[in-house]
Amino acid sequence: MNINTPLQSLQESESFIGRHIGPDDHDTQAMLSELGYGSLSDLIRATVPDVIALNRPLALAAPSSEQEALSRLKHLAQQNKLHRSLIGLGYFDTVTPPVILRNVLENPGWYTAYTPYQPEISQGRLETLLAYQQMVLDLTGMQLANASLLDESTAAAEAMALAKRVSKSKSNAFFIDERTLPQTIDVIRTRADCFGFDIIIGAAADAASHDVFGAIFQYPDRDGVITDLGPMISALQAKNAVTCVAADLMSLALLKSPGEMGADVVVGNTQRFGVPMGFGGPHAAYFATKDEYKRAVPGRIIGVSVDARGKQAFRMSLQTREQHIRREKANSNICTAQVLLANIAAMYAMYHGPEGVRKIALRIHRLTRILAAGLTQKGISTNSSFFDTLTVSVSGAQRDAALQRAAEHGFNLRVTDTATLGVSLDECSTAAEVETLWQVLLGADAAGLDVNVTDATLADSTAIGIPAALQRQSAFMTHAVFNRYHNETDMLRYLKRLENRDLSLAHAMIPLGSCTMKLNATAEMMPVTWPEFSKPHPFAPREQVSGYLQMIRELEDMLAEICGFDAVSMQPNSGAQGEYAGLLAIRNYLNSIGQTQRDVCLIPSSAHGTNPASAQMLSMKVVVVACDDKGNIDVNDLKVKVEQHKDNLAALMITYPSTHGVFEEAVKDICQLIHDNGGQVYMDGANLNAQVGVSRPGDIGADVSHVNLHKTFCIPHGGGGPGMGPIGIKKHLAPFVANHSVVKLEGPNADSGAVSAAPWGSASILPISWMYISMMGAAGLLKATQVAILSANYIAQRLEGHYPVLYTGKNGRVAHECIIDLRPLKAASGITEEDVAKRLMDYGFHAPTMSFPVPGTLMIEPTESEPRAELDRFIEAMICIRREIARVELGDLHAENNMLKHAPHTLADIMDENWERPYSKNEAAFPVSSLRDHKFWPSVNRIDNVYGDRNLFCACPAIESYT
Amino acid sequence: MSDFPDDLKYSATHEWVRLEEDGTVTMGITDHAQELLGDIVFIDLPEEGKVVDARQEMSVVESVKAASDIYAPISGEIIAVNEDLADAPETVNSAPYTDGWICRILPSNPAEIEELLDADTYAGMCE
Repeated sequence: MNINTPLQSLQESESFIGRHIGPDDHDTQAMLSELGYGSLSDLIRATVPDVIALNRPLALAAPSSEQEALSRLKHLAQQNKLHRSLIGLGYFDTVTPPVILRNVLENPGWYTAYTPYQPEISQGRLETLLAYQQMVLDLTGMQLANASLLDESTAAAEAMALAKRVSKSKSNAFFIDERTLPQTIDVIRTRADCFGFDIIIGAAADAASHDVFGAIFQYPDRDGVITDLGPMISALQAKNAVTCVAADLMSLALLKSPGEMGADVVVGNTQRFGVPMGFGGPHAAYFATKDEYKRAVPGRIIGVSVDARGKQAFRMSLQTREQHIRREKANSNICTAQVLLANIAAMYAMYHGPEGVRKIALRIHRLTRILAAGLTQKGISTNSSFFDTLTVSVSGAQRDAALQRAAEHGFNLRVTDTATLGVSLDECSTAAEVETLWQVLLGADAAGLDVNVTDATLADSTAIGIPAALQRQSAFMTHAVFNRYHNETDMLRYLKRLENRDLSLAHAMIPLGSCTMKLNATAEMMPVTWPEFSKPHPFAPREQVSGYLQMIRELEDMLAEICGFDAVSMQPNSGAQGEYAGLLAIRNYLNSIGQTQRDVCLIPSSAHGTNPASAQMLSMKVVVVACDDKGNIDVNDLKVKVEQHKDNLAALMITYPSTHGVFEEAVKDICQLIHDNGGQVYMDGANLNAQVGVSRPGDIGADVSHVNLHKTFCIPHGGGGPGMGPIGIKKHLAPFVANHSVVKLEGPNADSGAVSAAPWGSASILPISWMYISMMGAAGLLKATQVAILSANYIAQRLEGHYPVLYTGKNGRVAHECIIDLRPLKAASGITEEDVAKRLMDYGFHAPTMSFPVPGTLMIEPTESEPRAELDRFIEAMICIRREIARVELGDLHAENNMLKHAPHTLADIMDENWERPYSKNEAAFPVSSLRDHKFWPSVNRIDNVYGDRNLFCACPAIESYT
Repeated sequence: MSDFPDDLKYSATHEWVRLEEDGTVTMGITDHAQELLGDIVFIDLPEEGKVVDARQEMSVVESVKAASDIYAPISGEIIAVNEDLADAPETVNSAPYTDGWICRILPSNPAEIEELLDADTYAGMCE
């Protein structure tokens, strides 16, 4: 570049590519040389089988700079009209306290962390999640809560599944209160159909007249009505049915809790505790139950244990319930929680405290009573019991006029199919809004109504509102954590203190294999909290969200091109949910062509646990296919199994590149074999980051595949959620993907059921992937894949002389991740993969994936975003650790009393005046000199997993135990 | 090195049985099984009075990282359950063949006991 460089070369359109990809051209070349290749394309040719190579650029728009992409997205966003949505149905406007918005939701220290599999460097978010569980327990009146599920409707479906697991009833039917949220009825129906359960929908009062294994009620119900569920609950329980209640969390601040009515399971959305509606998500759904059902609970549960110094510490408990251990016998296929959103809800509760939350709830309720009283005064009737939702009796021309006025005033009301309109007030409602609503609903009749006057006339009357017997008497959120941080100074510092306990991408590489912890660029994240994307209600009229829908359509097209599919369904809001949705499409397609007997799902032994767990949800029979000693599918075994099951073969679930991080040569033949025998191919997209621009699942032979937008397409992991798992499908499956009962989608059959609560899943995080693809373009995405493969091979090559690298493909190359084998070292030294994982914390790293897909190994995925210097720092750490292990092998270090077994080391260790270990404090905490400049301190010593599971405690401990 | 007492019979799925003098059978999981599982944190004890068939899943034993089904080694009725394991599952680690027993079964087909593996055969299988 000099003064004569032409303008063309000075443009910035491709500038983001170099921001996203860590190694620059010089480093890339050096790394290639290390591996003996001249160029990235040489490396890819040597790694990727020729038969699957794409050999053309992806047909995507040219890359845009960050500013160009933001400006184009802003243009789309501004096409959304921000009307005030009072639709309710589980989604309410809320105020995200600014201190939480800026320091958590918009803060990479919180949103880039992974699921807390390594609890010693995750104590901050684990502490908040425990508070979240405590908040849920208190408000619902239950004994045990999990750390969140995807959305209220899927949580309700999980409640049904739990009911079936624990109920002593022989019935195969599940009852749904007809006034449950429509999307929840939809999702439960779909799930029940897959399990083969019968569904009975009826009036809540009649529930116990049916013979059922379980039942669910909405509290308050869809129309706002509050009913004492106690009698129904006891009558059902007398018949061995398990009773579930979907409850609005805010209302529970004022209502008798479902737990006090005897409910067995309580679920709901925590969105209105400070999480934007975001056109449907992401939000955290809560799930609470009785202690006796703890082993039947789906999802993550955070519990209390102790560390090696006896200090209280938090961890994920009872993981043996989950898919990664129990596979098709797991309670659920659920993998992701919604950690970021659950934590925001908990922080909202801490920030406001019990009195603050109660005040918000009382204000909402008071405004609703005033609104109702004014309407009644003018002769318009509403439901007499309510918390925040009125179903207003207006019909015919009167209703049309009201809707017309609502549109003029910028309000979205719930349009029912009867002669009523629904209005749900929320935290953002004001006295002025109530007066406008009177005008909207009453027209000229509103004249003379005044909020202050009506407010005064309500006096102490409880004629309308919450029935006296259903008013909450019990205290909630009494724990100190909810009563300490009500000024912003304290809150800010508490949030920062928690954040500092967690290792995130803001600190270091997180080389978790199969997790693709790449950069979540700031420019990708910014649009998430733009009001145009964060404010819309998922059921807002289409014409108000045309910008949103355009963005979603464009992203669908991009993903279809990248993956080689004909269509994309955005509804699944996690990877595992995508598997379920994809298998559902396969099943419904097979049924449509008369192949109803096809129910066998072939799954390689190396598959993610979600695969068999998802197949189980479809009532498919899981048949495991062996892997050969190279980590590839054993084609001979596959042929035998296919032959054996050819008449009943429904699908093969295959991960590509394989979970062993290898591009299998035979993959096309494998897909063909399945098709030749009447089956469909489901390709797990977990490893798509090795394929983008290089090969396409659709071309290889996949009929359907989920795309983990939170891996390959830059949605951050949120410390354990949210994710997004849209599925790409071939044309023949397109009619059979999920539709939605409230928002009808174009494409899927009208009778296709929903898999998630919201029509486009967690829509508000889709701009992240849109931005990434727009800024990278075809060339940038290809280069990202090439560098991801380069970096994995670079690490494999540099570590090879120190640790055995398992599984390679042609020319000895791995794909985008590599597995190193610690079993020989364990045999020789007693040092385990866990010791190495914990020791890496002392070097400032998060461990790679432990013991998956092979026990006793570590799987390393660096991603394209990590610069070479960071890769070298990691390699140096691994080599130093290898030397420490050698000292144990040689007997130079004690087999138990060494820096590996005692890892990680904390400041408490370094300050220990009675340090009597046979290695120095320097060796413990500063094994390499660069740590003196920058050191991440784990906040606790190694956590005792066994103690935690034997002494299960999943609520906030007494305050004295925090030291 | 795992312990394989000679006076016991074994199943391929890592359960042991001991024929008692009264004709009932005591069963548990083997030393080898508890070693593989690691620290046991929970045992889903079978219900007393339940009738099981040989090789039927009857219980689950869990460590922090693994869950393993326990299969009925023989057919019969479960006549006693080691309730102490509810509060002290670690007993299965420390004393798998004695205090760590899981249940007693009244065999409905005593001939099945003879079909189980002897200590040497089972030990060979575990190598």
